[in-house]
Amino acid sequence: MTTPIKRDKPWLMRTYSGHSSAKASNELYRTNLSKGQTGLSVAFDLPTQTGYDSDHPLARGEVGKVGVPIGHIGDMETLFDQIPLGQMNTSMTINATAAWLLALYVAAAERQGASPAQLQGTTQNDILKEYLSRGTYIFPPQPSVRLITDIIAYTVKSIPKWNPTNICSYHLQEAGATPTQELAYALSTAIAILDAVRDSGQIGAEGFEQVVGRISFFVNAGIRFIEETCKMRAFGEMWDKLTQERYGVQSEDMRRFRYGVQVNSLGLTEAQPENNVQRIVLEMLGVSLSKRARARAIQLPAWNEALGLPRPWDQQWALRMQQVLTFETDLLEYGDIFDGSPVIAAKVKALVDGATEEMARVQEQGGMVQAIESGYVKRQLVTSHTERMRAIEHGSLKIIGLNCYTETEQSPLTGGVDSGIMKVDPRAEREQIERLNAFRAQRNHAEVKAALANLAETARSGANIMPASILCAHAGVTTGEWSQTLRDIFGEYRAPTGIDIPANDDSRGAKAVSIRTAVIKTSEELGRPLRLLIGKPGLDGHSNGAEQIAVKGRDVGFEIVYEGIRLTPEQIAKAALEEGVHLIGLSVLSGSHVEMVEDVFNQLSQVGLKNLPVVIGGIIPESDAKLLKERGISAVYTPKDIDMNGIMVDILNLIRKAHDLQPVTVA
Amino acid sequence: MIPALPDPTTLASAVSVRDRLALAQALNLLDDRRPAARQCAAAFLDALPVERLDAGGHLIGITGPPGAGKSSLTAALIQVWRRRGLKVAILAVDPSSPISGGALLGDRLRMHASGADREVFIRSLACRGEFGGLSAEVWPMSLAMLAAFDIVLVETVGVGQKEIDVSKMTDTTCFVAQPASGDSIQFLKAGIMEIPHVIVVNKEDIGMAARKTLSELKTTLGRRTDLDGWQAPALSASAALGSGIDTLADALDSHRNWLLERGQFTTRRQRCQAEWLVKHLREEFGRYGINRLGGEDALFAELTNAPRRSPIAAYEDLRTRVIPNP
Ligand code: B12
Ligand SMILES: Nc1nc2c(ncn2[C@@H]2O[C@H](COP(=O)(O)OP(=O)(O)OP(=O)(O)O)[C@@H](O)[C@H]2O)c(=O)[nH]1
Ligand SMILES: [Mg+2]
Repeated sequence: MTTPIKRDKPWLMRTYSGHSSAKASNELYRTNLSKGQTGLSVAFDLPTQTGYDSDHPLARGEVGKVGVPIGHIGDMETLFDQIPLGQMNTSMTINATAAWLLALYVAAAERQGASPAQLQGTTQNDILKEYLSRGTYIFPPQPSVRLITDIIAYTVKSIPKWNPTNICSYHLQEAGATPTQELAYALSTAIAILDAVRDSGQIGAEGFEQVVGRISFFVNAGIRFIEETCKMRAFGEMWDKLTQERYGVQSEDMRRFRYGVQVNSLGLTEAQPENNVQRIVLEMLGVSLSKRARARAIQLPAWNEALGLPRPWDQQWALRMQQVLTFETDLLEYGDIFDGSPVIAAKVKALVDGATEEMARVQEQGGMVQAIESGYVKRQLVTSHTERMRAIEHGSLKIIGLNCYTETEQSPLTGGVDSGIMKVDPRAEREQIERLNAFRAQRNHAEVKAALANLAETARSGANIMPASILCAHAGVTTGEWSQTLRDIFGEYRAPTGIDIPANDDSRGAKAVSIRTAVIKTSEELGRPLRLLIGKPGLDGHSNGAEQIAVKGRDVGFEIVYEGIRLTPEQIAKAALEEGVHLIGLSVLSGSHVEMVEDVFNQLSQVGLKNLPVVIGGIIPESDAKLLKERGISAVYTPKDIDMNGIMVDILNLIRKAHDLQPVTVA
Repeated sequence: MIPALPDPTTLASAVSVRDRLALAQALNLLDDRRPAARQCAAAFLDALPVERLDAGGHLIGITGPPGAGKSSLTAALIQVWRRRGLKVAILAVDPSSPISGGALLGDRLRMHASGADREVFIRSLACRGEFGGLSAEVWPMSLAMLAAFDIVLVETVGVGQKEIDVSKMTDTTCFVAQPASGDSIQFLKAGIMEIPHVIVVNKEDIGMAARKTLSELKTTLGRRTDLDGWQAPALSASAALGSGIDTLADALDSHRNWLLERGQFTTRRQRCQAEWLVKHLREEFGRYGINRLGGEDALFAELTNAPRRSPIAAYEDLRTRVIPNP
């Protein structure tokens, strides 16, 4: 008889999910839990994340699409129906409106009979990276830091098992960051937040160790999984040192680097999407192999990431990957297998050194908030992403099925009536609005008014926002009302776009020069420089594609108007008119492209620009591409279109065509 | 088809009643370098209402080092002006890429607050390597905008600390100083930098550094006045908080009134055009061009006394005098 082998406890397994309505998402969560998932990870829709009610004009086309709409306590209760919150571990990817969603969560738990002290889970609550990558910020940096601080101070006292903030490097990698940049900017963010908590006076010196101990991170793991392993070890070392030296944390326990992961999605391809399975599994190794630097929670994307939203079966497949690794392999039976490796130690050191230098640069500028406001950090990210895109275009960064080994059999996975993705029922938006109206009609209006007045008063006074928000939750305030109250007091913000980076060597290359020559020639024929408006309509925050097109456009000689994310179709049409552009390029990845295109066309005809050529890029399923072209879109681009020079020539020729000029070919 | 040229008179009357599409087309036309378009543009400018061009509206330049907050202050000013019932047009000049000639026109982003307001019109321009933080099109385009808007504001490229060329082509110039950067003060002291009409230290929300810069500026300016006798106020504001913006708007307006009271308003506009013509000439032909026409002083004397004409027609005349037989 053999003695049973002692295995480590597996990490928390989650699937990032939510769609259509609280009810539909609740069913999905309960199925997922029954399949062996051990925690929940809630994806909210964009109106909820940016603080709009489902019937706000800006919410059109976005309700229930990329996540669940939560408009009030009623929705929150439905979302966790039959899921005992006192026992669940729930991660909520929520930022600008984190205080509000946490308030709703606490209130819903209270109505289930659970006390705040029992609750376990995470609010992402890292608004700083929203300015750099994720895009769901609302307020200027100062009040945002205050909201983060308030949640930390409140939870440390009242929900001690809660992770009040998940400092994110995940999204930085998704916006092009290198491992060094991820380390440097995530840790610089942690400094900004911890300093703010310390200086807020809400937590005494004794409580501060507790605060540091509750800070967790949300990290990315890319395909270079050895380097990623080293990155995780570097994170651990640097955090230990930082918390000890800067904040004098004595307890080793409180200095431990705790993190959750979603593995890289930026490198997942639309072309030969089945290859994404290998990528996801390898990426998971980067955050699990080294016991000392192992993740506490993992969520994996699905094989069809670049096609659209995953179906339940796709998510199940991703969950099973984790289960195979933890339950079938011997991974959890060993101590750290890298300790003592000089190769690993050297790589870790290189990362630590690089990141330390970059952190010093950020501190020189006054810290992370200032470096974000000045546009510095965003420019660094755009620069890194531009380099990545050029490397893919040139083939020096190989991506199987995308820029090499492209010949393929027909994939059986993308067949079927749904083409291999989930489509949200278009009725979801209307039904959600109906429920919202019904909810509004039955609440006590005086109570709502009083709760909002109290919230406003709290926001102005600087007192902690959480108790007032929990009162609002119970009173029946809506997401839009809570947010608008704070918008009125804190103001709104637009983050730097970071595209004002110097041209890279590529723009001196022969190809760029010949495109430029053709652009200049066409400018002369048409009388004035060619201008493009790159527009991001709706609430979608995916800016990578728009930024890359803008930089490339400038480098081949176009004048580019780009105002960042979250514009209304009306603003886009207005800018197109005022700026006298020759073509509009829209970029939409959130799935609302059909509604957005319709609205943009309507607005364009209203200002008298019906004939302006419009192209679009983003996550656009083939069937929709066809539809959009029928409605007048001149060209549709998707992630598989990596030939940026080719796109520029197309655009040039579309402008020529609109003026009855012969197309040019560029060698 | 290649864009057909509009009928200049029809276009001018549509622009004067603030037809937005017409104004957009007019600005496109003023940007158009084809010879036929230049003629059409000249005719268009000639058809604009003379009294608006000579004495209407308020043409303001805003300049200062990169990142000082010119666009953010503009956004804040737009809100104040709109509240006062004024209609506002903006010309925002951004740098072009020295390598590609392309450009990223980014100022609009910060002016987004006025996103859907139809009484605000923002056109961006690339400086296209010319004109010290401006662009040659700025003057003719300002005229088109003056025909229809109460305020026309030109934001320059974030220029070095001493160039305020825009002051020669506007009624009133506002210099935005960056807190804690002593350079502008040094330049002012040394007399290298011309005195703008209004100086504002932005970002007063950051505290000490802004207050210190303001008090240094006040000391430096002392009781100095510009050539015409105007004494420039030094103010502080925060575009972020919206503080000090009303006062800034008032200060800009006082300078306009001051010009009007002294009967200098129209002369100044005409002087602007002369400055533009000379600068344009210098850009194209260098000192040679100026000398061919009798040197700078004589040229200014000639231009300021000449009967009013559209800048484009006037420039074409000067050009043919420099190169009589092209
Ligand atoms: C990176 C990424 C992110 C980053 C975005 C960082 C940033 N600042 O851009 C982060 C991590 C922040 C993020 C967040 C979210 N994401 Co995301 N994300 C992606 C991912 C992995 C890659 C997109 C990308 O940047 N690609 C690189 C760029 C260069 O490619 P591209 O945009 O496709 O552009 C190319 C072409 O499409 C074209 N193009 C694009 N635009 C334009 C415009 C013009 C004018 C032209 C000519 C061409 C063109 O040219 C480019 C060159 O090849 C995709 C999945 C995938 N692999 O594609 C999901 C994906 C887009 N995300 C998705 C979702 C749901 C989200 C969230 C909404 C989740 C949530 N509920 O919170 C959040 C919130 C974001 C928000 N505020 O809107 C979904 C969208 C689902 C849908 N459409 O049905 C996707 C498809 C993943 C999935 N399957 O679920 N995401
Ligand atoms: N703290 C603070 N920051 C401000 C203020 N005004 C502007 N900023 C910030 O300063 C940066 C530059 O602002 P812009 O308005 O773009 O400055 P600009 O002078 O137009 O810049 P360029 O056109 O690029 O030369 C941005 O990050 C703004 O958010 C202010 O009053 N206070
Ligand atoms: Mg600016």
